[in-house]
Amino acid sequence: MADDMQIDLGVEKVTKKFKDFTAVKAVSFEVEQGRFFSILGPSGCGKTTLLRMIAGLAEPDNGRITIRGLNMAGIPPNKRPANLVFQHLALFPMMNVADNIAFGLQRRGEKKATVFKKVSAILERVDLPGFEKKKIHELSGGQKQRVAIARCLVLEPAVLLLDEPLGALDLKLREQMKVELKKLQAKVGTTFVYITHDQSEALVMSDQVAVMNKGHFEQLDTPKNLYNRPATPFVARFVGDNNIWSGHIRDRDNNTCRFETPDGNVFHISGDQPWRNGAAVDLFLRPEAMIIQPDPAHTGLNRFEAHIRSLLFDGANSRIIATPKNSDRELLVALPQNRQHDDLCPGDIVEIGWDKSSGICFATETETSP
Amino acid sequence: MNKSLLSIVMLFLVSIAAYPGYTGAETLSLLTWKGYAPKVLVDKFETETGIRVNVTYTNNEEMIAKLRATRGAGFDLAQPSQDRISSVQKKYRIYQAMDIRKIDTAQIIPSMLASVKKNTSVGGEFHAVPFCWGTSGLVVNRKIAPDALDYSDLLNDKYTGRISYRLKRPTLIGLAFAMGKDPFSLYNDTDAYKALMEEVGQAMIAAKPLVKNYWTNGDALLQSMRSGEVHLAMAWDNGGWKLHAENPDIDFVAPKSGALGWIDTFALPAKAKNIDAAYQWINFMLRPQNAATFTNLERAPTASAGANQHMDAVVRANFDRSFPQAVIDNIKWYPPVPSKLEGIEGMILDKVKASR
Amino acid sequence: MTQHRKWGLFFFLTPVLLWLTLLIVLPHIDLLRMSFILETDTGETEWRLSNYASFFKEPIYWLTFVRTAIYSIIVTLLTLVVALPVSFFITKVARPGTRGFLMLLILLPFWVSELVRVYGWMILLRESGVINHFLLKLGILDQPVEMLYNDAAMILGLVYTSMLFMVVPLVSVLESLDDSLIEAAYDLGADMGTIVFKIIVPHATPGIVSGAIVVFMLTLGNYLTPNLMGGKNSLWFTEQIYNQFIASFNWNQGAAFGFLLLLLSSGIVWLGLKLSGQTLGKVVR
Repeated sequence: MADDMQIDLGVEKVTKKFKDFTAVKAVSFEVEQGRFFSILGPSGCGKTTLLRMIAGLAEPDNGRITIRGLNMAGIPPNKRPANLVFQHLALFPMMNVADNIAFGLQRRGEKKATVFKKVSAILERVDLPGFEKKKIHELSGGQKQRVAIARCLVLEPAVLLLDEPLGALDLKLREQMKVELKKLQAKVGTTFVYITHDQSEALVMSDQVAVMNKGHFEQLDTPKNLYNRPATPFVARFVGDNNIWSGHIRDRDNNTCRFETPDGNVFHISGDQPWRNGAAVDLFLRPEAMIIQPDPAHTGLNRFEAHIRSLLFDGANSRIIATPKNSDRELLVALPQNRQHDDLCPGDIVEIGWDKSSGICFATETETSP
Repeated sequence: MNKSLLSIVMLFLVSIAAYPGYTGAETLSLLTWKGYAPKVLVDKFETETGIRVNVTYTNNEEMIAKLRATRGAGFDLAQPSQDRISSVQKKYRIYQAMDIRKIDTAQIIPSMLASVKKNTSVGGEFHAVPFCWGTSGLVVNRKIAPDALDYSDLLNDKYTGRISYRLKRPTLIGLAFAMGKDPFSLYNDTDAYKALMEEVGQAMIAAKPLVKNYWTNGDALLQSMRSGEVHLAMAWDNGGWKLHAENPDIDFVAPKSGALGWIDTFALPAKAKNIDAAYQWINFMLRPQNAATFTNLERAPTASAGANQHMDAVVRANFDRSFPQAVIDNIKWYPPVPSKLEGIEGMILDKVKASR
Repeated sequence: MTQHRKWGLFFFLTPVLLWLTLLIVLPHIDLLRMSFILETDTGETEWRLSNYASFFKEPIYWLTFVRTAIYSIIVTLLTLVVALPVSFFITKVARPGTRGFLMLLILLPFWVSELVRVYGWMILLRESGVINHFLLKLGILDQPVEMLYNDAAMILGLVYTSMLFMVVPLVSVLESLDDSLIEAAYDLGADMGTIVFKIIVPHATPGIVSGAIVVFMLTLGNYLTPNLMGGKNSLWFTEQIYNQFIASFNWNQGAAFGFLLLLLSSGIVWLGLKLSGQTLGKVVR
């Protein structure tokens, strides 16, 4: 990273244990100023614990948390330059919008006139001008969301922490808020640390995403790299969908190798593959990497024939479930809604092709996982 | 549909109303003082007559209030003090006249019977017969307070913080006697009586810092004397004797200006249901053996003639020690209290309690 | 159909109405009537306001009245101050498993009568009592001290007796307080005091007010505790009513006092509701 970039949040080997369960295992990362940083992971992976430690609502057992270079050890949440947007927002129902937003400013002892000015300015910022006197229960879900964020932003924190704040919204609103939140962050330039279990939220909004599993980071990268070059099978499975096919590496040379499945399918995989001959690997193949009835002229594709088992219509996300001719393995294959495949029916046999560079191999895991 | 529903409800109500009739056993509802219906005697009465006894414990004031509230119903027999009957009876008619033929008068000391008859007569009929008697005076820890001899010592700063008495009329009257006045003689001169009581009240207010507490519960007072928190109290003689049996240092002392003598009686509430059982209980309790049982337990002598021979030696020793003839002669027996005096006394006692 | 419903309504309403009229309305009407009657020396009765007049004429009556009101308010406030942290601990700090146990501990003293509870305190506090015994043993005191029979002991007893009635509504209202509200306030820079007064108390106001009403009424109408624990200086207004009825046989005066106490408690409750911006309907719910 560039030397002139200021580090807003530093986390060094932070560990947190609850009795004999280790929620967070020696996690380290840094977030540069103005970045939108997401921590993505399934529920129970330790991401909320990590966020609460940054906010000061929990103390790490080991390791160090610094905000703008200051060690946060022993500093209570009310003294930290970090603010948290809670999962259920935690707006104070006994106060109106202005009082909610002014709460933190008043705690700092700011003058009434300043508070008033700042509150209306931040409401303007979040597109809620003139909402000062509204009661919390009069707001819609999206408006509450923005008030909760405004309540933190008005304090100009070094880091804004967000704990799955879109979780409670319905799908349509969530899609909309994703975009708004990203825009808002770009506008105010505050460093955001966002945790979610929804990969789409993380990918859409973030500059950087850390994928967390069982208390540690699996991969910390840009959204694009996470999708295209997952570092671990967990990331490959968790970010986007994947078909997993076990087999062995045969005949590897410098640039490609042959992959053989037990049921006799043979594919070529290009790219830098570190496998020795005979290595047992899992092939990860994304549904959208597979093309139904590819152009015969297109060379460089792995091709195989498959039975269509069923069609899963889901608009832009439609799929088919297909099994290769001499196998029982079910594969998910993307079904583009460009009218080209409208005549497909279950029972049809179709040719499926995929680019040699789209398959990613990982050593077969000894333990079975989902 | 509605008819059957209604009949079910009616049946239910009727069965509830009739319920007490089905209990079978005859009962006697007794309104009395703590200790006046010892369990041994209640059991004995029940086996003799088959009548069950329901006892409610109370004191003079509440007894009157209870009977006044129901206009004399709810109880078959009450045991007010003889001086608290005639004026209440004149005003509220809560008792009924006694039938002397139903009472075994041979069991009763004639002079006491005569005196109670006289003091409780209203409109030519009498309303009570005597049961037991006793006095109020001082209960003293004589090892610590050997010089406490009269009511006036209740106001003596020698015993600061070790004094206890009730905020009730006997205290006012005892203190008045100790001042050399005779409050009983002023009973019919309301103004003079009020002035005297005011004077006593002032003295009590002045001496309030000396008081440990104003006791309300006899057992609690005995406990305070037992534990040494209180050295000098105004209380009933039998309480003092009870303590004397446990700790010879503590004893009842008849005050120099005279112990205050009371007689508790049997009286029939105006709307008593089971009058027969009431008379049976009266005759039963005054039978010499039973009266002696009561006295042995409660240390209070009764109006039963001939109970003495059944009494424990200890009990007789109490009388002999505390009541030589001269002391008995000096007992101030409460005359019937005219109405209105209670209001005057209540006001003064409230003032004492409220003062700082 | 309507006929049936009418009968049903009649059937269910009758016991309630009977109960209300026979046990509450009628006795009160009788007491009210009694309070306006003056019994002359000759035993005749006249309609007069003199029972109420004598309340204002005699300083001892209205001073006791004022004293009772002030002490009841003090007891109510103290009960709140003690019960709020206790309820907070039960709902927010204690683990769910121990919550029921802690509530049981609060409830336990109420399984015995008030008299027994008061005697329990008297055994602890009296000069020859348990606390003095230990203080003497430990050498902290060399003379036993009388801890009973003063205003502090009386207030202690009253607060103790009232605790449950404040803790129960507070626990139920604090249970509905989202923990994240407290954390959010803390995160936004609030200290403990601000959290209590800006978040917890405003949220708990309905519970505080309903608890305070119950505690205030119970304290104002208490007879045993002031009398037994307060001892010689503890004239309580209920005692004055009792004395009028029982010792002085002046039921008319006692009835007048009773109505004045009813007016006083209603007045203070009304004032409390006004000041806290609550309505009776909201609080009772």
